[in-house]
Amino acid sequence: MNNRAETLIPVLGVITDVRIDTPDVKTFRVVTPDGKKAFDHKPGQCAMLSIPGVGEAMFSITSSPTNQEYMEFSIKKCGCVTDWLHQAEEGQQLTIRGPYGRPFPVDDEFAGKNLLFIAGGIGLAPLRSVINYCRHYRDRYGEIDIVYGSRSMDDLVDYNEIIDEWTKDTGIRVHLTIDREQEGWNGHVGFVPSYVKELDFSTDKTAIICGPPIMIKFTLDAMIEMGFAKEQVYTTMELRMKCGVGKCGRCNIGSKYVCKDGPVFRCDELSELPDEY
Amino acid sequence: MRRISLYSLDSLFGEISKSMTLYIPASDNAGGAVYTKYEDGVEYLNTLNTVKSPKNFFFPHTEDLMEFKLQGKNIDILDIRQESEDFAVFGVRGCDVKSFDILDRVFLSDPVDSYYATRREHGVIISLACTKPSETCFCTTFGIDPTEPMGDISAWMTESHLYLQPVTEKGKALMSKIEHITEACDDSEVLAQKDKTKNILSKLPLKDLSTDAFGSGKTKELFDSPQWAELSQSCLGCGTCTFVCPTCQCYDIKDFNTGSGVIRYRCWDSCMFSEFTKMAHGNPRLTQTERFRQRFMHKLVYYPENNDGLFSCVGCGRCLSKCPISMNIVKVMKSLGGDKNE
Repeated sequence: MNNRAETLIPVLGVITDVRIDTPDVKTFRVVTPDGKKAFDHKPGQCAMLSIPGVGEAMFSITSSPTNQEYMEFSIKKCGCVTDWLHQAEEGQQLTIRGPYGRPFPVDDEFAGKNLLFIAGGIGLAPLRSVINYCRHYRDRYGEIDIVYGSRSMDDLVDYNEIIDEWTKDTGIRVHLTIDREQEGWNGHVGFVPSYVKELDFSTDKTAIICGPPIMIKFTLDAMIEMGFAKEQVYTTMELRMKCGVGKCGRCNIGSKYVCKDGPVFRCDELSELPDEY
Repeated sequence: MRRISLYSLDSLFGEISKSMTLYIPASDNAGGAVYTKYEDGVEYLNTLNTVKSPKNFFFPHTEDLMEFKLQGKNIDILDIRQESEDFAVFGVRGCDVKSFDILDRVFLSDPVDSYYATRREHGVIISLACTKPSETCFCTTFGIDPTEPMGDISAWMTESHLYLQPVTEKGKALMSKIEHITEACDDSEVLAQKDKTKNILSKLPLKDLSTDAFGSGKTKELFDSPQWAELSQSCLGCGTCTFVCPTCQCYDIKDFNTGSGVIRYRCWDSCMFSEFTKMAHGNPRLTQTERFRQRFMHKLVYYPENNDGLFSCVGCGRCLSKCPISMNIVKVMKSLGGDKNE
């Protein structure tokens, strides 16, 4: 029996670094007990992390596949498993299984394109994997624009990496915004969808959006208004999952399972599905 | 084809249980039948359908998946899987036999669910042709012939004999073990019984139930139908329909703290339950209408869309007799346009 493969049985992981990003987001670095990456993945794919006795939950892998040393997960504190993880220290073991889901088409549809990343809040976590992949293979892509917004400047995830690395790359423009005026903030103030409209991007770009469902909906509306076609816009979804492989039956939108047919969807694919997400 | 006198049914069961555990329908002492391990004193109950479907044999109500030992920050993962024992299930009706095909497409598709696969490989299904289909039966709607019940061995019970016809290699292997207590025969009695049953089938009240309005590609037409609200109005969300259903396969994975470790187990879940899709940031199926719609859309549209048009209902009728508010898939199909007479 033990020679049969079984995706539900995880492998061990160890938290080797905990970075505090915001008051409710921490980024966890995870390797196997012998210091290696648990498995390879593609940008946009997810992994099931669990603390036995607490529970198991699906998280997007926020580090780029080009990072050969470890995986990172940016996790917002908002439920049982995430609360537990937030009080975990370096050296804590956990279980990990994956990778799950359809990744972003970074090597085919995205190749040679100008890319526009739009993220809200913790929605940057899945996009960071793609952004860093594209930065690593910079010559495969055209211009890169990144619009990122959060409630306040304290809620911007990966802030140091954005400022110290992304903004210094050639051909990458980063546009940050926060919801309300704040002392010490000289940047843009306003919600992401309206900022995207203000920036008035040319429609020769492939866009990748992730954030709270309401932000995705309004941003998509804004982009359609700007002349983007749904075929040019990608997003990544999140629904409750248990198995990760399309069998436990709970993450479906119509006949598509977010865990295996997604989480990445092109917006024209999404509009073919019933509005139940 | 071979046969054995009904007077020797016990010796047949005894012979099979020499080489593997055998389960047969027996009284549940509450007016119904339940699959029971055959041993001395267990009496076969000739029933149309067991109260609970036989999916439990392959996809148990609850099963342990793995174990963890915890010490400080360290975790040990224990693979506690074991090969299934060999077993046989006798008396499975054609509808329930078909349900295994439907479950196979979920659990045996890549990546294979090893817990299900080992039981499926080690289990032998001896089906039993129906002779008295009831007014809640509508298996023929889904192309099932209850007089040709399939499985690993097809069986027919007449007033005097049990007739057996192997269907698969597993069935042939089991037949060879019972060859010495059975006799070769022709199929004239079986053919006569089939004709009689088909005559009853042609008069059943649900015989005209149609699947024309359903299947692959019907999401847009059906999803926004105003009838979902009305149909689901009285639904209690109790989940009985999903638990008695032979094709419902949604499951939950949970951890149980044993005091000396953690057991991660799987158990049946139901899309009818309010917390089924509840997440930290909200619930995409907030009301019972959405949950109710999901169950029937899955069986009648989504599953066929992903499985070459195969519906995820076998017409066994269990939900018709068990729903506390008498709502069921037949009413749903009729109101959404599936009755040839309307």
